[in-house]
Amino acid sequence: MEKIIEMLHITKKFPGIIANDDINLELRKGEIHALLGENGAGKSTLMSVLFGLYQPEEGEIRLNGKKVDIKDPNDANRLGIGMVHQHFKLVHNFTVLENIVLGVEDTRKGMLYLKDARKKVMAISEKYKLNVDCDALISDITVGMQQRVEIIKMLYRDNNILIFDEPTAVLTPQEIEELMTIMRDLAAEGKSILFITHKLNEIKAVADRCTVLRKGKCIGTVDIKDITKEEMSEMMVGRKVNLNIEKDDAHPSDIVLSVKDLVVEKKGHKNVINNISFDVRKGEIVCIAGIDGNGQSELVYALTGMMPISSGHVILNGEDITHASIRHHSTHGLSHIPEDRHKHGLVLDYPLSYNMVLQRYFEPAFSNKGFLKFEEINQYTNDLIEQFDVRSGQGAKTLARSMSGGNQQKAIVAREMDRAHDCLIAVQPTRGLDVGAIEYIHKKIVEERDAGKAILLISLELDEVMNLADRILVIYEGEIVGELNPKETTFNELGLYMSGSKKGAQV
Amino acid sequence: MKKILNSDGIKDLLSSCVAVFIGLIFGLIVILIANSDYAVEGFLTLISGGFSNGARGIGQVINQAVPIILTGLSVGFAFKTGLFNIGTPGQFVVGAFVAIYVGVEWTFLPGALHWIVAIILAGIAGSLWGAVPGLMKAYLNVNEVISSIIMNYIGMYTVNYIIPLTVFDSMKNQTLNVNQNAIISKFGLDLLVPNINGGIVVAILAVVVIHIILNKTTFGFELKACGFSPDASKYAGINAKQKIVFSMMIAGALAGIGGGLLYLAGSGQCLQVVDTLAPEGFNGIAVALLGLSNPFGVLIAGLFIAHITIGGSLMQIYGFIPQIVDIIVAITIYFSAFSLLIKQFLNKHKLFNADNIKKEEQSHG
Repeated sequence: MEKIIEMLHITKKFPGIIANDDINLELRKGEIHALLGENGAGKSTLMSVLFGLYQPEEGEIRLNGKKVDIKDPNDANRLGIGMVHQHFKLVHNFTVLENIVLGVEDTRKGMLYLKDARKKVMAISEKYKLNVDCDALISDITVGMQQRVEIIKMLYRDNNILIFDEPTAVLTPQEIEELMTIMRDLAAEGKSILFITHKLNEIKAVADRCTVLRKGKCIGTVDIKDITKEEMSEMMVGRKVNLNIEKDDAHPSDIVLSVKDLVVEKKGHKNVINNISFDVRKGEIVCIAGIDGNGQSELVYALTGMMPISSGHVILNGEDITHASIRHHSTHGLSHIPEDRHKHGLVLDYPLSYNMVLQRYFEPAFSNKGFLKFEEINQYTNDLIEQFDVRSGQGAKTLARSMSGGNQQKAIVAREMDRAHDCLIAVQPTRGLDVGAIEYIHKKIVEERDAGKAILLISLELDEVMNLADRILVIYEGEIVGELNPKETTFNELGLYMSGSKKGAQV
Repeated sequence: MKKILNSDGIKDLLSSCVAVFIGLIFGLIVILIANSDYAVEGFLTLISGGFSNGARGIGQVINQAVPIILTGLSVGFAFKTGLFNIGTPGQFVVGAFVAIYVGVEWTFLPGALHWIVAIILAGIAGSLWGAVPGLMKAYLNVNEVISSIIMNYIGMYTVNYIIPLTVFDSMKNQTLNVNQNAIISKFGLDLLVPNINGGIVVAILAVVVIHIILNKTTFGFELKACGFSPDASKYAGINAKQKIVFSMMIAGALAGIGGGLLYLAGSGQCLQVVDTLAPEGFNGIAVALLGLSNPFGVLIAGLFIAHITIGGSLMQIYGFIPQIVDIIVAITIYFSAFSLLIKQFLNKHKLFNADNIKKEEQSHG
């Protein structure tokens, strides 16, 4: 196959760090090429160089064998290179069509002319079965749909080289499936796709070849069909990674968290949580599995006091905490790794040290008569940094915002696991993390269980559910539709429960 | 060198200085347009400000600075906690009225206690005025900008209504002079600067107290957390609604004290019955912006803006009419308030951003 893009000996330095060190990458026409690496390996930098956001110090880029200069994204666009960023660049109060044409609008006598654009968009949408509604507002459509709008944006500009920056991080399992199909169709049409990821399953499923980066260096390019997931993860991390979670059988004992007939109402909706009951015992990991948006978030908010409960009871260590404050929950034995680490988990503009005592700053250990004890807070933070291997540029005083996603998550995990608790509610604790960090967090959760904590895990990743859980509860439209034993069930059965096509006995 | 330039405090100071410099350049341009013959003299007078009048001038600068340091502190404090307190003129004027009323009527208070009580009550009045937008924001989700603007007018007209019924000097259409005891102590500073407003001591005290609250206490930890991220503070179990109310009350109290300090200064200035919002209130916004909401920054910014204002009024000697002077001062202040923008620029610039890029690189992939 012919080469369409060649990046040769690309070196990009930032003060104090070499983000890309002599990297070679070649993209062939019509292939799906994965770019694999841990957080901070230099994947995004390399793609930013290709997209014209950064200028490399050394090396050159060739398009169809000819050297090209890409000074800014407009140059990239002219050369047919398009990019879907991890965080979409869409105007939320514009329609789908308006977003697609934004920047390349047709005008007639100074007025916006959208008729041709609409035809072209509809044609693209039909060709790749994208099913977008041109007149829907971005704010009204799902994240998966928004991503399709981004894809159409590239196709509308006749881009042939499509860069996807971690496209699956924000999608549900079904949407990921659909995206994979779209990507295959695009490649079949002769488009070349560069696909940044650290999820091995996805590479295995969709990519033809894969280039692995580690700490700014190119480790190599491999054919996907000749390599196993284990080998890829070893290339990525630099050591053998255990993809299977090792754990012994659970020995559940006393009930720690008990949920009885829980109902949560939301204005204008039917009950988002409808009559849920379950127990979590000491020494077991109970996992709530389900497709995103079936009430998981609301369930967690209700259990942690962040959302009012309409009826039913939540009992923690024998105490009814149904209507207790958030602070009461956190000081009476409940730890919570939140779903959204940026929104809830961290005050991003606070230093790491403040974030480490976010729920505890008022305790005598960290304050005295209303004054913060900075030395103790810093000492505590340094202990946690060491114990949990949290990497931050300037130690305790690093701003949370400037840390990498993986380390932010590790910091939250460290905080929630170290604070006194009997029950840990972990919501998608490994979302968006690389293999090394996932392995670490899974290990910690199993350690927690073995130390006699009760763990409620909420996850959208089926692998995680199957590997980590001792019991699986499937949630569908705000109800628990089945309890499964991970040792006996299959992915297929779990999927059927999750999609609501199968219902078991109420637990 | 780089390390020094990278420290946040220096960067803040530098960006404020650059902002001031740009402001002055624009001031100069307006001066050139207004009166090119005396442009140099006029400009020199503007920048030498209070210093061109010796100790007396310094006293003037301080007098001018005291109220806007307080309103600047009020706006800056609210900023740090994620609120925009644009209600300083209202809080300022109710504080001023209460201080004057106590200063005139409560002659039973002995000695220094008289002015201290007057100032404290001015603060309480201001905090009540601030509490209303705070409560509305916390419990009814009403934007504090809108409600505090409304409270400005309610404050102004209420005070204008009550003055004629109470402590009114109908000849001058203003309040009566306050009792001698109600004038703020000079703390012996008048030996150095004759006509000084002792309120500067209170202002500095307020700066230090606000600094301590924001940076050293658990209360400040909660307030700033709510300002930076309401969601994360909710997760942390912080009662954000209560913090909003407290924050607005403290901000209101500062502005109210500012009003008290101006009219109890003993400079003979009385509260006029006019339908104009107190300019000291709005100037607080510029002071807070220039001082980057840092309490000590606000102190310096307040002194600077007072300095320029005095300089501007002296320009009339060279035939600059007062309106032009107001425009020049306003433009200088206006551009000085761009320090945030300049800080962002400094953050982007190579010399200053060594670890920024590194951070960015780490946080991406």
